[in-house]
Amino acid sequence: MARLSGLQRDVLALYRQCLRAVRDKPAETRANFKELARSEFRQYIGIDRKDFGTIEFLLRRGQRQLETYSDPGIRNVSR
Amino acid sequence: MASTRVLARLAVRRTAVRPAGFTRGFASVTDTKAREPISKLGETINPSRPVVPESKTSTVKEPAPAQEAKTKTFHIYRWNPDEPTSKPRMQSYTLDLNKTGPMMLDALIRIKNETDPTLTFRRSCREGICGSCAMNIDGVNTLACLCRIPTDTTQESRIYPLPHMYVVKDLVPDMTLFYKQYRSVKPYLQRTTPAPDGREYRQSKEERKKLDGLYECILCACCSTSCPSYWWNQEEYLGPAVLLQSYRWLADSRDEKTAERQDGLNNSMSLYRCHTILNCSRTCPKGLNPALAIAEIKKSMAFT
Repeated sequence: MARLSGLQRDVLALYRQCLRAVRDKPAETRANFKELARSEFRQYIGIDRKDFGTIEFLLRRGQRQLETYSDPGIRNVSR
Repeated sequence: MASTRVLARLAVRRTAVRPAGFTRGFASVTDTKAREPISKLGETINPSRPVVPESKTSTVKEPAPAQEAKTKTFHIYRWNPDEPTSKPRMQSYTLDLNKTGPMMLDALIRIKNETDPTLTFRRSCREGICGSCAMNIDGVNTLACLCRIPTDTTQESRIYPLPHMYVVKDLVPDMTLFYKQYRSVKPYLQRTTPAPDGREYRQSKEERKKLDGLYECILCACCSTSCPSYWWNQEEYLGPAVLLQSYRWLADSRDEKTAERQDGLNNSMSLYRCHTILNCSRTCPKGLNPALAIAEIKKSMAFT
């Protein structure tokens, strides 16, 4: 695999964190959380990889969303 | 039809024998003729103090409108998080200053009300006590509600969000880190011993005087975001606003955790990133002096 830039690694790290956080959720709703995480990333898959400002903003927003959804009080999501 | 109703009502009033205080004149669009209230049957006015009729008093005229509109241009920073790939842009708005209030916030509110409802900014008290409308106006961090619109219409005003803060939308900065830092200095009274008289923690007038110029801070973050040192070390350096609050509790005679508070600041980043640039004191919209407070903290740490 090609050497990844720092930003690419950050994005992948966030993605892994999200998928890991799914495991803390109740078993019957895990699929929903996973689908949410994947769709949030897939939504912006087409962004130019040199568009650093946008990617950094989306990373920050992703971190914030991850923090919010990690709350144990949130047991299910639906869209 | 309407006139007959009026006539009917008047007729009823004439005949009805009711105490005058119980009846009221009803507002009616058909009854457009201005009358003396005394002529209305239902109204009673103290006869010992008769009302001076309008023919004998002066008229307050609407202020004469200026010959030509005083049009001023405002360039405002716009960025919409819903379109993350779009770049921030400067949007220009023109306003007639004769129809706008004197403050920048009035201009912003008028733009939002009349021209562009998508313009986003924080505001609450509109009198400089809440600190919501802190923004960068013509290169100076200040509260929009305390900043007069320069009447020179040839000069164009430029409005940005607070510098070096993440933008939530348009003029709204993300203050999460700022509040987190504020929380880290424990901005509340810490005591273990009860009050000597069992009722209140008393202070002498001199002790209270030490808090003047500290307690007025409204945490608008104008000073912190004007500090280059805070720009480069936002994660570690607390910034002037939070250090001012920290000193407010260090200087409080009732607080007993002074040593712990000082201990928390005793590292190379939290406090000592202040290089006395003094942008904080220059920009503070409330006229406070955060740089002095930081210097006092440094002094107290040096002599303990």
